[in-house]
Amino acid sequence: MSAAPILALDRLTRVFRRRGGDPIRAVDGMTWAVTPGESVGYIGANGAGKSTTIKMLTGILRPTSGTVRTGGLDPLRRRRDVARRVGVVFGQRSQLWWDLPLRESFTILGAIHGLPREQVRRRSATLVEQLEMGDTLDMPVRQLSLGQRMRAEIAAALLHAPELLVLDEPTIGLDVLSKQRLREFLRAERAERGTTLLLTTHDMGDVERLCERILVVDHGNLAFDGSFPALAATVGAERVLVVDLAAPTPPLADVPRTRLLAVEGDGLRQRLAFDATATTAAAVLAAVSARAEVRDLTIEEPGIEDVVRRIYSASR
Amino acid sequence: MADLRTDLHAYRTLLTARVRAQTAYRVSFATDVLGTLLVGLTELAEVYVIFHNVPRLGGLTLAEALMLFALANISYSLADMLVGHLDTLPAFIRAGTVDAFYLRPLPLLAQLITSDISLRRFGRLGVGLVTFGIALRINEIGWSGRNVVVVGLAVLSGTAIVAALFVCASALQFFLVDASELTNGLVYGGAYASQNSTQVFPNPLRVLFTYVVPAAFVAYLPTVVLLDLPGATLLPAWLGWCSPLAAAVAWGVALLLWRAGTRHYQGAGG
Amino acid sequence: MRGQGWRRDVGVFWVLARAGFRRYSTYRLATFAGLVTNTVFGLIRASILLAALAAAGTTIAGYSDAQASSYVWWSQGLVASVGLFGWSEVSDRVRSGDIAVDFARPLDPQVAYLAGDLGRAALQALARGVPSVAVGALFFGVSAPQGPAVAALAVVSVLLGVVISFGCRYAVNLTSFWLIQNRGVQLVYMVASGFLAGLFVPVHWFPDWLLVVARCTPFPSMFQAPIDLLSGRAGLGEALPILGVQLAWAAGALALGQLLTRRGRRVLEVQGG
Repeated sequence: MSAAPILALDRLTRVFRRRGGDPIRAVDGMTWAVTPGESVGYIGANGAGKSTTIKMLTGILRPTSGTVRTGGLDPLRRRRDVARRVGVVFGQRSQLWWDLPLRESFTILGAIHGLPREQVRRRSATLVEQLEMGDTLDMPVRQLSLGQRMRAEIAAALLHAPELLVLDEPTIGLDVLSKQRLREFLRAERAERGTTLLLTTHDMGDVERLCERILVVDHGNLAFDGSFPALAATVGAERVLVVDLAAPTPPLADVPRTRLLAVEGDGLRQRLAFDATATTAAAVLAAVSARAEVRDLTIEEPGIEDVVRRIYSASR
Repeated sequence: MADLRTDLHAYRTLLTARVRAQTAYRVSFATDVLGTLLVGLTELAEVYVIFHNVPRLGGLTLAEALMLFALANISYSLADMLVGHLDTLPAFIRAGTVDAFYLRPLPLLAQLITSDISLRRFGRLGVGLVTFGIALRINEIGWSGRNVVVVGLAVLSGTAIVAALFVCASALQFFLVDASELTNGLVYGGAYASQNSTQVFPNPLRVLFTYVVPAAFVAYLPTVVLLDLPGATLLPAWLGWCSPLAAAVAWGVALLLWRAGTRHYQGAGG
Repeated sequence: MRGQGWRRDVGVFWVLARAGFRRYSTYRLATFAGLVTNTVFGLIRASILLAALAAAGTTIAGYSDAQASSYVWWSQGLVASVGLFGWSEVSDRVRSGDIAVDFARPLDPQVAYLAGDLGRAALQALARGVPSVAVGALFFGVSAPQGPAVAALAVVSVLLGVVISFGCRYAVNLTSFWLIQNRGVQLVYMVASGFLAGLFVPVHWFPDWLLVVARCTPFPSMFQAPIDLLSGRAGLGEALPILGVQLAWAAGALALGQLLTRRGRRVLEVQGG
């Protein structure tokens, strides 16, 4: 059976008029489609147009021009039908009932979606087990920690078994362990039920581990559409090792397969860039330790602004 | 039809959840109810103070004015209970919480209305109900079929009209988020006008508060019909039977404004 | 050195008052909207009072048609300044815990808020008060104070009215330290204070027993008193007693506020802020 796209944008544009300023083209003529079952990372810097796109595909915002079809439907005209087939999690806004026990939020959402009570009970039990939330069901939502709340939001978004799950910055503020557990859950959910995943984030770690396909958006335009390895190849998988040395040391310019970026504090701190495909952080660290005593170290990943910049410079 | 039934079930679930949440804070709830009770008594005192100085106001004696007060209070209190929380819409819009409503498969206005029910306003309603009982006695109104119909229509239509005013005020918030004052003029002015005999107004204002904002239909006109009072300039007695029509028109306007408001919200930037 | 401190405090007071003024001046659309509301309510109230006078066939408590109309428009002019619409800024800060910041500052919180409130009152007197009275004067006729001396005293009376109102509102707000939800208290205060202050009908129309009750509260002093002077109902002879009573209430309200501030500070210290 040919897969009709579950999400289709055609020259989608959204312009914001500002008082006493130029209009902002938050989304500028974007055209792309997502087939059912894909997992797509939608990344870009703050203000690049990610949230605006999400709002348009859920019917919260009206496009200035162009079209968007979610599940084949126009989200403005068929908002309620779209709502039945999509689940959305906003990282910074809650959709749960603040002062009621979590259990009640599920009951209410079940009633809102018109799900039979037995089905709601079974589904929420499954989700609760998979997300390891057993002890939080009777707690008022406002008492949950951020990690617990995010898991609750995702469970709530999945309650009505949507075909498409949209996550807007879901791992913001979470610690490393919570992020990992969340990513594993999403992978399992996709594997089991074929749910399409659209994830916006500016955490490259999310993208690398969760998404088969990446859309990079910059100032409302699509800058890149491909897989993560392709992105890494285009952008270069360069990481930066920052070493704090025990004593002032002359610049470490001769460490193999590295590039010295900067020397601070008279040689106490040095920044070395290396290609992650050519060598490893451990190897670089070993080479540096052979030349000087290392007191402390940090590893920096390329931020999203770097990635975007490099996409553009690579295409020239 | 199955769709409507699931929707109604959804609304009922939302409301009962709110009822539970409210009555959980028992002391706060009790003081709130007491507070609104005192508000009701103060409003009754206002009627009393006027009639201490004059035998009639706006063509009504004290006994008749009490009936008007009771009907106005009941309608306003019920509308306030069901829909009064719409004045928190600006806060929702600012916080972005409105978006959550868009993501659910129910109409936006219905979700907002069922998102809360202010049981605490029952204190004020209590004053109105008691006054109604007293007014029935001192005006010697029997429970004839006609009277039951008049009172029933009055309360239903009156509540609907005041609720429609609230919805209009709320819809305007989509356009003017910080200008809730403007809507105060409309909503509370109309509500205030509905608690008084429309006869106190000079003709231009009578037109405004009868045929533009249907304040007269909430309590004054039904009172005229119920107590068999003569009509006045621009206010024929039989208009009292038209309250349901006024309510329908009011809701028509409210829903139009609401649609315009949500379209503006979706167009302006979410 | 001590003289220096006194002048600095006044400087701080003035800065805070100006900040209060500026805060409220940014709500331009709200100000216009407020004017519309004011006018609508003024029209309704004037209609009620004039109908009552027509039904009475004579003056009531010394109010003729013209005086009743004057009373309505002066009171619509003052209602926002005197703060009869309710105010919960301090309550909100107590609930959110931000009040700890206010207590940590070297300036007494009550003084700081008083300064801000005076700024607000000044702005609203200009932005809403003056236009409201102008509307009344243009279309209905509004009477003036009995001479320049009374006019000057009237201004002082308004100022005192604002201070009394602030003192009471501030005290009501502070009950948030002891009541988790003081919404009921706020509501009762707003409605009762409006009624007893003469917002619905002039206090002079109250039956005797209610008049006694009202006089035992600060409310007539915060509203009816300055209006009597502004509308020319009270002359030079009555001005001084009126101001005297106002001064007493102002002192009392502020003292209550100070007491509650100290108690509130202790609550904060116990809870850990």
